[in-house]
Amino acid sequence: MAKPTGGLKPFYSALAVLAVAGIGVLGYLMSRQKPVSIPANVVVQLSDTLGFRGYLLGSDSAPIEVTEYADYQCPQCGAFATIQFPDVQHRLIQSGRVRWRYRDFPLSQHQFSRLAAHSAACASDQGRYWPQNASIYQGQIDWAMTKDAGGVFRNYAKANGLDLAAYDACMTSAKFAGRIQASYDEGVAVGIQATPTFMIGGRLYPGNMAADELVHVVDSLAAVKH
Amino acid sequence: MSATLLSLAGVFLSTYLYLYKTGRIGTLACGTGSCEFVQFSSWSSFLGVEVSVIGIAGYLALFGLSLGTLQSPATERGWPSLALLLLALGGVLFTAYLTAVELFVLHAICRWCVGSAVIISLLFTVALLDWRRARP
Repeated sequence: MAKPTGGLKPFYSALAVLAVAGIGVLGYLMSRQKPVSIPANVVVQLSDTLGFRGYLLGSDSAPIEVTEYADYQCPQCGAFATIQFPDVQHRLIQSGRVRWRYRDFPLSQHQFSRLAAHSAACASDQGRYWPQNASIYQGQIDWAMTKDAGGVFRNYAKANGLDLAAYDACMTSAKFAGRIQASYDEGVAVGIQATPTFMIGGRLYPGNMAADELVHVVDSLAAVKH
Repeated sequence: MSATLLSLAGVFLSTYLYLYKTGRIGTLACGTGSCEFVQFSSWSSFLGVEVSVIGIAGYLALFGLSLGTLQSPATERGWPSLALLLLALGGVLFTAYLTAVELFVLHAICRWCVGSAVIISLLFTVALLDWRRARP
């Protein structure tokens, strides 16, 4: 049996010091982070919406409009956004057949839903709503379990080319809290009970729809219109 | 000793990237690199596991093995030296794959990934020299 080499005590001591220093640096970096929160149930002012009725994608002249009521932290919404929506964009929106309207419907059980919605709203301020929307949904599994998702959203904002100073100011001000609440209130008023829910031709379709189903519904509506 | 220090540095670097990815430390000190783009690309996970988590696990294993090699004189290290060498080789190959993805798929470079590549390359070199010394 080999004998342990001697004279390692100073090395182990130095190693312990380095380990403690490293942990200290990481701990300091974590403690620097100040979480941002977006208030819920705020009183909606007229100035919060000013005619704003959702985030739009597609041609104004598209014959059919689909309104999606969704929650950024809802797994089904995430599945729709990442798996079905790219196909929907290709087949219905880019082809000019559908105009898409996205409405926030943040559920109370999801602690980061409003923060995510606000992050996307701040991206909208800089004309980058849809890239931020896509990043938040694509990264849902990453931020949903974190202590503070705000840092992740900020990273998405940077990756999406936003001016971070303006983004930070927007997030800190929580200026879109009323708009998000107004969107939620509208969802409640039209009868939304689950997310995602799609309103197509005045009718609600609750639950994650496959792109094929959406195309089928749009085809049926288009046939009726003709 | 060098392998121990290098693997400890690797543990901290991977942990830093993991904390960044999970939103626990805000921004990443990246200068002019493309760290965010690389970190949030679909290539930042491998078989469903975050690359940074793989890094933490790998460097921790290297750290443990390197401590194991310190327990015996250079000529009597046997399997810990070989295990350290093989694991470091695995790390080098995995890093080569990730670097190729950065260069040829993403066309972006994250400085922290380059840092990890330097660490694992040095670690492999040290492990190789140690293994050669340990051979009877």
